[in-house]
Amino acid sequence: MTRASRPEQSQGPRRTAALPGEGVQRIHWIPGTDRLLAVCFCRTEREFEDPVELWDWLLAHPGTDSDAHDGLVLPYPERDSP
Amino acid sequence: MTSFIRNQWYVAAYGSEVGRRLFSRTVCGEPVLLWRTRSGEVTAMSDRCVHRRFPLSQEPSHLDGDQVVCGYHGFTYGADGVCVGVPGQRRVPRTARLATYPVVEQDSFVWVWIGERELADEKLIPRAPWLDRPGWTVVKGMEPLNARYGLLVDNLLDLSHETYLHGGHIGTPEVAETPITTEVDESAAVVRVSRHMDDAACPPFYATSTGIEGRITRWQDIEYHAPCLYLLHSRIAPVGTPPPAEEDGSDPDAFHVEVVYAITPETEGTTHDFWAVARDFAPEDEKVTDFLRESNRTVVLQDVVALDVLEQALQAEQEGYQELSINIDTGGLAARRILERLRREGAPAGEPAVAR
Ligand code: FES
Ligand SMILES: [Fe+2]
Ligand SMILES: [Zn+2]
Repeated sequence: MTRASRPEQSQGPRRTAALPGEGVQRIHWIPGTDRLLAVCFCRTEREFEDPVELWDWLLAHPGTDSDAHDGLVLPYPERDSP
Repeated sequence: MTSFIRNQWYVAAYGSEVGRRLFSRTVCGEPVLLWRTRSGEVTAMSDRCVHRRFPLSQEPSHLDGDQVVCGYHGFTYGADGVCVGVPGQRRVPRTARLATYPVVEQDSFVWVWIGERELADEKLIPRAPWLDRPGWTVVKGMEPLNARYGLLVDNLLDLSHETYLHGGHIGTPEVAETPITTEVDESAAVVRVSRHMDDAACPPFYATSTGIEGRITRWQDIEYHAPCLYLLHSRIAPVGTPPPAEEDGSDPDAFHVEVVYAITPETEGTTHDFWAVARDFAPEDEKVTDFLRESNRTVVLQDVVALDVLEQALQAEQEGYQELSINIDTGGLAARRILERLRREGAPAGEPAVAR
């Protein structure tokens, strides 16, 4: 099991959306449109029309030839490492 | 090979269900016997006698002090699961013991760990403190669901279905119309979905319980701790009510309802659907309590009926059937991905986890 510990949980009703923290990925449904804005925890953003494509992109980010995640703490272990 | 995510805490029961009577509930395919010792501690052990597999929860099996006596041939077990007596002979076979499970009573729930014992860390249990906190009044229940637990996860993460499946109870048009924000914390296996309606009709569920007559600000903040606990922080206030204070979050003019679901797989195709509703207003008002209990149960049963039918329909489908996802499914898709990852991580090395 790689899950380390539960995060701090709110002890009362949640007031506002939290800021994107380390390892948190966010998806905004852009008001007034049918589009979704995906924001990786590295802050790279991209718009989508299909949530399945969105997740494929977000979970694969940064892909093979980008250094967007260099130096960041990954929210989960690299999938392909043993 | 199963699809259960075993190395997790699951709710097996409400604490109020477990006493000095042998009680059984199946969790991830394991029949678990629950009872309290004379000192009040909850114990959890296998509900199958090691002799001929008779269920120990079945009469005439019974408790004798802090020992369980099998009702078939009398094998007798201590609270640690060890067999202390067998009929007709003095020697008790050394291997005669019941598997026991780590168990924790917290926030009115009895949590059990079915997986590898060394990994059972109490700190991993997600909290639902409102269920056992002064100033909050709680109604609760549990409905058996004849559907795989993933269907309940899908259902709860997309509340736009309230508008259609629960119209006239908790649904109003604004729920399906209002955009959501989704957040995923992969490492903690938490999905958050927020829907803040600034100016919405007040559904009967809240109009009757709060007494609000006009339109409302309605916030739905979901926090799903995969796989086992779902929290819906619901804030209801007349339009124009000031938002919660920045400094300390105090919010005296709004009504707060904490809706909690514990989602416990029973078998591959059935689920224990624990539900609870806690409120911070009209704490002593029995009418409000009765109304919320009845209404919420009605709503839960609407989901149960729908999901039972859906499970049947899915079972009749060919392998590899197609679904189509749209914006409202963003949170549900996130939850599915996390569940799939937990399943993969929990699968014995070299054996691929079975997706379902
Ligand atoms: S089955 Fe329990 S004593 Fe025989
Ligand atoms: Fe529902
Ligand atoms: Zn990224």
